[in-house]
Amino acid sequence: MENKIKTDDIKYVAELARIKLSEKEAGVLSAQLNDILEYINKLNKLDTTNTEPMSHALNMTNVFRKDEVMPSLTQQDALKNVPDGKDGFFRVPKVI
Amino acid sequence: MTNMKDSKLYELTAHELSEKIKNNSVSVKDIIGSVIARIEAVETKVHGFAHFNKQDALKKAGESKISGPLCGIPAAIKDNICIKDELTTCCSKILKGFKPPYDATVISKLKSAGALLLGRANMDEFAFGSSCETSCYGPTKNPYDTSRIPGGSSGGSAALVCADEAIFALGSDTGGSIRQPAALCGVVGLKPTYGRVSRYGLIAFASSLDQIGPFTKDVTDSALIMNIIAGHDPMDTTSADVPVPDYTKYLKNSVKGLKIGFPKEYFIPGLDKDVKEHLDEAFDLFKSLGAKIINISLPHTDYAVATYYIVACSEASSNLARFDGVQYGLRQEGETLADMYKYTRAEGFGDEAKRRIILGTYSLSSGYYDAYYLKAQKVRALIKKDFDEAFKVCDVILTPTTPTPAFKLGEKMKDPLQMYLSDIFTIPANLSGIPAISVPCGYSKSGLPVGMQLMAKAFDEPVLFNAAYAYEQNKKWEIKKPAI
Repeated sequence: MENKIKTDDIKYVAELARIKLSEKEAGVLSAQLNDILEYINKLNKLDTTNTEPMSHALNMTNVFRKDEVMPSLTQQDALKNVPDGKDGFFRVPKVI
Repeated sequence: MTNMKDSKLYELTAHELSEKIKNNSVSVKDIIGSVIARIEAVETKVHGFAHFNKQDALKKAGESKISGPLCGIPAAIKDNICIKDELTTCCSKILKGFKPPYDATVISKLKSAGALLLGRANMDEFAFGSSCETSCYGPTKNPYDTSRIPGGSSGGSAALVCADEAIFALGSDTGGSIRQPAALCGVVGLKPTYGRVSRYGLIAFASSLDQIGPFTKDVTDSALIMNIIAGHDPMDTTSADVPVPDYTKYLKNSVKGLKIGFPKEYFIPGLDKDVKEHLDEAFDLFKSLGAKIINISLPHTDYAVATYYIVACSEASSNLARFDGVQYGLRQEGETLADMYKYTRAEGFGDEAKRRIILGTYSLSSGYYDAYYLKAQKVRALIKKDFDEAFKVCDVILTPTTPTPAFKLGEKMKDPLQMYLSDIFTIPANLSGIPAISVPCGYSKSGLPVGMQLMAKAFDEPVLFNAAYAYEQNKKWEIKKPAI
């Protein structure tokens, strides 16, 4: 499988991950990720056609609790660490 | 007051100190005094704490409960486990100043047991690393040789217990982050079964792999701490609703008839000679105690590191999306909302965090998902199946914890892949969700600690404690404290 990651690919993925990368960082990362992915490609030696994917270590599904109001954080506590907040809200740069 | 008799209280274990408190031969004040004096003597060399404040620690000692199984026992807590109103930063700039508004479940439990939470242990940023070198506060040093790494990511927790700056510590283990540093620092480190200990309040790295566990000076303390922190928690939907036994009941000095698996895939050509020698001795010791050694095979071992880096980085890229300058921590202003996110994350995350987020985002992105993430999940199933088969014929599996003793600071920082490969023996237990413990098994010729790992099937911590305790009681070598 061909997966030579180019600097432009790294920039695209960084955009998806919302991280601003410098030209230099993107260059270093593309070299490192190529090495790592080349190593990871060894997984392709294994035939997994009939193997079910495993997403979780324990076999449990649908953990529900009763639909009851329980104590939870107050608005004040939830906003205690906010870098920029006003009137009980998170404040961010203008979106529209 | 601390007198001569008590001057080395800091060297004792939690169970020894608890005994002394119970029979009134020492006070909580004596213990904290001794531990703080020790911290003041060695911490500048070790740098195991990310956050420590002497006045706060003394204040807590003054207010500490006079009951509870861990009454007055000083503990260090990894910097990624939330403590209400105390700095919890994952050793990352992006969580600068963060003080959680709630306690993690393990913290509530330790507080109820009377433990004294001394300070926050240093770690690799967001637990991304195997050497403690990616902490935004700088690296922790190995107390046995300060030019070497303590292991990671819970390097601070391991080094503090090793250097007697804390009686025990909590860490978290996603791919070996408790067992690897425990081995390299010569202490006991346990990664419980996935779901055995609540993750509520543990800042997530890879949610399907993370577990909190104890660092202790001996196996008895490990069982004692597990009695307190294990158990179902409605606040963590992945915690298991399985009864918790009294683990101290399994500290039995007999392994007669115990079937110990010897997996040939863990005894690879790259294995350090001293490590190999100590493991051979451990197998011999178990044999002499009446255990049976069974040859087993875990054929997919060689694929574990590759599988892990896809699964762990994919989950991390998703979990770390929450650090965006809106709710907590660092914020870098930008013209638009997207720019604010990008500048904040560029400034707040270190190189390794960026590398893992990018790798994870890539393997989850459209066009690559099947080739990487889905493929890795399938290989993960094969790795787990290896263990299911092995535990049909043996009770525990004995392996080295790490391929080599502690390496030098800076040695692997330029080559991420080499760093990743140092977790080669610890990763399979996380992928399979099974419990594993690292126990000291001697020293290399140059005096560095060597650790052995015991793995068991899910929820069989009892057999780990049994085997580890019997080894500890019968080992033929002497413990040498680090000369720091």
